[in-house]
Amino acid sequence: MSIKKKIAMTVNGVSVKAEIEPRTHLVDFLREELHLKGPHLGCEQGACGACTVKVNGQIIRGCLYLAIQADGCEVETIEGLTKSGALSDLQESFMRHNAMQCGFCSSGMLLAAAELIEQRPKASREEVREWISGNYCRCTGYHSIVDAIVDVLDARAKGQKIKPVVAHA
Amino acid sequence: MKAAAFDYVKPKALPEALSLLSEAGEDARLIAGGQTLLATLNMRLSEPSVLIDITDLAELKGISVVGDQLRIGALVTHTEIEDSDLITKHAPLLKAAAPHIAHRAIRNLGTWGGSLAYGDPAAEWPACSLTLNAVMIIHGPAGERRISAQDFFIDLYTTSLEPDEILVATEIPLANKNQVFYFHELARRHGDYAVAGLAAVANKQGDVLSDCAFTFFSVGATPVMAAGAQNLVNGHKLDQALIGQAVAAARSEIEAIADITNSAEAKQHLIGVLLERGLKHLIS
Repeated sequence: MSIKKKIAMTVNGVSVKAEIEPRTHLVDFLREELHLKGPHLGCEQGACGACTVKVNGQIIRGCLYLAIQADGCEVETIEGLTKSGALSDLQESFMRHNAMQCGFCSSGMLLAAAELIEQRPKASREEVREWISGNYCRCTGYHSIVDAIVDVLDARAKGQKIKPVVAHA
Repeated sequence: MKAAAFDYVKPKALPEALSLLSEAGEDARLIAGGQTLLATLNMRLSEPSVLIDITDLAELKGISVVGDQLRIGALVTHTEIEDSDLITKHAPLLKAAAPHIAHRAIRNLGTWGGSLAYGDPAAEWPACSLTLNAVMIIHGPAGERRISAQDFFIDLYTTSLEPDEILVATEIPLANKNQVFYFHELARRHGDYAVAGLAAVANKQGDVLSDCAFTFFSVGATPVMAAGAQNLVNGHKLDQALIGQAVAAARSEIEAIADITNSAEAKQHLIGVLLERGLKHLIS
């Protein structure tokens, strides 16, 4: 059985139309059809968080969400959120703290951290740890990831924004 | 792994969803948040021929106060419960329990009704629905029926829902001003399934608790209430001796079942640990 269905959604601000099999999950669609390789596939069973993307403004597990469920929705990935600058202080802080080693978990970590900062601007270090407990870093770089997020929370609480040392084009 | 092929339909109204479900029979699966279903599809533990996406059904949405009841639609997500002022005011136990469910990205999609209908004995909502004396509102070909949480959970992943029925909402009596609550689960890691958990409420006046409801989860095939312990505590001054008696009663009346990593004895022990902590918290 391979019944294809038509879907239409906005991905990183761009309208996208496609015909897909209903069984295609969102990250396979983003990676294979749209060539957005930022969301990663780790476990494909909702445990690791590497596939984190945003749908209608909320982070979700891209492997536990069908592309067809995103029909009519607004999808954002690390690519779009990097381009818009929404994550720039978090990304700078991750770099300063060396909060990535192989980088596989980073796109998911950054999206999860961004939602924490938005939803819980006064989060304690313990709350940061709890919030990102749904994202695995198999290099076990958690300590520096938490440091990086806490720095952004502190800076934003003071009305500051961590700015890149080197400006990117 | 990747899911086997299936068809997908998204009805706009409840009657349409019910007739699609009746036509497709047991080969169909309802999908709301999909946070359990998608994982089982990806692992090919389940291979339905069609998914019926019920997320457009207006009757299943929203949290509202209806008379002296709090109505929670089946499609309400764990995040909505976590962030809802109505929940904080009228069912604070649920607010306390929500952060224990998986992780935020999963709570953003997973639903109240999905968790209840799945009937996972380790899950938070079935236990809370028992503790709060929830009534399930179910629609099927014959119309609406209502069933209490106590009669709803039958066995491991088995509820009284028939294959052609849809859980639409639940109603929970509004918490009164004397209600105290305790929710705790013992887990190896935040967001993991509990080794054992307790969802408890009572009405507190001075040193006395009444209308106690102590539901343990992740200890048996369904969430289970400690009726003997509740009766012991109800209406009596709660001191250390009574706490000890209640702990002993709970440990003897509930028969824990081992899971893959924890023995029945360990769970039996933890039932008492949780109840002791819970009673001390409730009375404090």
